[in-house]
Amino acid sequence: MEKSLLAPGHRACAGCAMPTTIKLVLDAAGPNTIVVSPTGCLEVTTTPFPESAWCVPWIHSLFENAAAVASGVEVMLKRRCKDANVIVIGGDGSTLDIGMGSNSGMFERGHKVLYVCYDNEAYMNTGVQRSGSTPFCANTTTTPSGKISLGNPRPKKDMPAIAVAHRVPYVATASVAYPVDLRRKVKKALQVSGPSYIQVNAPCITGWTFDAGTMVEIARLAVETGLWPLVEWENGVVGQVKKVTRPKPVDEYLKLQGRYRHLFKMPDGGEMLKQIQAIADANIAKYRLVD
Amino acid sequence: MMKGVASSASQGQSPKARGEKTTKTLGMKVVEGSYAVAHAVKCCRPDVISAYPITPQTHIVEHLSQMVANGEMDSEFLTVDSEFSALSVLVGSSACGGRCYSSTTSQGLALMYEVLYNVSGMRLPIVMNVANRALGAPLNIWNDQQDSIGARDVGWLQIYVEDVQEAVDATLQAYKIAEDPEIMTPTMVCMDGFILTHVYEPVKLLDQELASEFLPPFAPRSILDTADPKTFGAFADPSTYTEFRYLQFEAQNKALAKIERTAREFEETFGRFYGGLVDSYRADDAEIVIVTLGSVIGTIKDAIDSMRAEGKKVGLVKVRCYRPFPVAALREALKKASIIAVLEKDVSIGGEAGLLADMKAAFYNSSIHPPIIGFTAGLGGRDITINDIEKLVKKAEAAMKGIESEFEFLSLRTEIL
Repeated sequence: MEKSLLAPGHRACAGCAMPTTIKLVLDAAGPNTIVVSPTGCLEVTTTPFPESAWCVPWIHSLFENAAAVASGVEVMLKRRCKDANVIVIGGDGSTLDIGMGSNSGMFERGHKVLYVCYDNEAYMNTGVQRSGSTPFCANTTTTPSGKISLGNPRPKKDMPAIAVAHRVPYVATASVAYPVDLRRKVKKALQVSGPSYIQVNAPCITGWTFDAGTMVEIARLAVETGLWPLVEWENGVVGQVKKVTRPKPVDEYLKLQGRYRHLFKMPDGGEMLKQIQAIADANIAKYRLVD
Repeated sequence: MMKGVASSASQGQSPKARGEKTTKTLGMKVVEGSYAVAHAVKCCRPDVISAYPITPQTHIVEHLSQMVANGEMDSEFLTVDSEFSALSVLVGSSACGGRCYSSTTSQGLALMYEVLYNVSGMRLPIVMNVANRALGAPLNIWNDQQDSIGARDVGWLQIYVEDVQEAVDATLQAYKIAEDPEIMTPTMVCMDGFILTHVYEPVKLLDQELASEFLPPFAPRSILDTADPKTFGAFADPSTYTEFRYLQFEAQNKALAKIERTAREFEETFGRFYGGLVDSYRADDAEIVIVTLGSVIGTIKDAIDSMRAEGKKVGLVKVRCYRPFPVAALREALKKASIIAVLEKDVSIGGEAGLLADMKAAFYNSSIHPPIIGFTAGLGGRDITINDIEKLVKKAEAAMKGIESEFEFLSLRTEIL
């Protein structure tokens, strides 16, 4: 195996999907790549000065400006006639919430930048607070379950749809459990002449609470239940979709994670499980996941 | 009449420069301040310009956009979603080795606040014209200097200019100072909004050839380059963070000499000089010395001339460089003053005001410490008149016999309170 462009010795948790995701992205992109990262787990686990796990040029500025910084990088590379991939790699908090304005600007200006969001569905670096990407009923430290709470009261923000609405020519969802698919999507995105966006389901052992050995299984179950459909949008139109032959019930995915434990204990939990199943069913119908 | 301060004997608007303004009009054009500054930016040949429109900065970036659109300047101009993104884009471009420019004011500078610290911490020598304006609430689009004075601790160098010509010349100087390998510190050239951005006055525009000679191409030691991968913007824990800040602090200290030297080099090439760190007017024998920054200096000079005619020993010291704060130059320039009256267009609500606090700090441990009193005026665009200056001087005269008020709002309209 070739040497990874993300060196070992970084400080991410054992069982974290994020470094695996980054390695797959860099593996597909190759060394002729400049990475821009917002503040988050990725930044703090890979760049404690004077160390760095990055074997490609890498820049971090702030939490909410990675897409703007990447725009500036892309413009200068073009100006100097240098051909290199410019890839933003950031978590869901910076992508869907605080960095939305900056992302929107980068998308509509049409910079040739691939934006990869590793989506672990909450603010994990600060201690598992709810983000706009936190799914319905998930327990977080700011949407805790309690006597009168069943966890996060709102569904996930649909960031791929927001990217599509910006006429981003290539948008895709991917999963750490499907490495071949993820690599293919990164390569495809880098061929696009304008911006591209890939959102990768990336389980967080600390925030989701699961056994470290089950990370890939959990990510796979998200796809197999229909809760994380693997979809590509090319020029706004749904393209290739990963079919799910026999969708599994959402309970199989949820019961492996501590963040949903309350649903299996509380009297109203059953009703919530039905509503989560309805979200999966809607995805299955919308993207025709079953032939 | 005009007497030098700081390191040299004959500073101030040198006779050469004054002559140029009054008699040698050849080569001068009557242009809008914003156009003159945009023209100066063009002569600095920035790679990337990124800006978001906000009054009264708009004309500067409109002129630059037109110059790019006309093919008169070879720069990338990015229209962005906010001031926050405007400066963030430049973080990326500067880290790739590009010379970068932006301009903003007031709310826009406030929105940039987080990025301001980041740019200085990453030692990216971006230059920005701040078209000084008040901050809301209440909303107010007119001039004061609350915006940049409020940003005094963000790690940028700050130069305040008196007129359009100085804004032009300081913009070119700013890049030379900021990009010095020993300095590598972003720089704000602060010019009073509307008063200087929208005024039409005779200006000697920069000559491109001379400007290019004066300002060599930007060649940073470290850039984002796939041939030599480096990590930019790593996080620093308690064992190293302090030393990053110290190095910035040291670079600002080194900038004191660099700013002086650059002003002198500029004079050699272009024949104009405004003082390096500070400048003075009729201050050598003055008992009462007014200390201030920005465009109000013109009014103060007129007021001083008429008060001098009445026999009052009044003078002026202009703070051209506010960050780094030129303590030694100010102590030298003010060593004979019987009282110092600081006038500024900002207020530190709950404290006093920015320049006043720095002035008091500069003199407290000095062997000479004349009494220092402070005034805020001109907030939200209110004119500061000759009458106001005379009022200030009367208060300073009274304070020489005993200070009653260390800080006050000058010409406060008590009838509407």
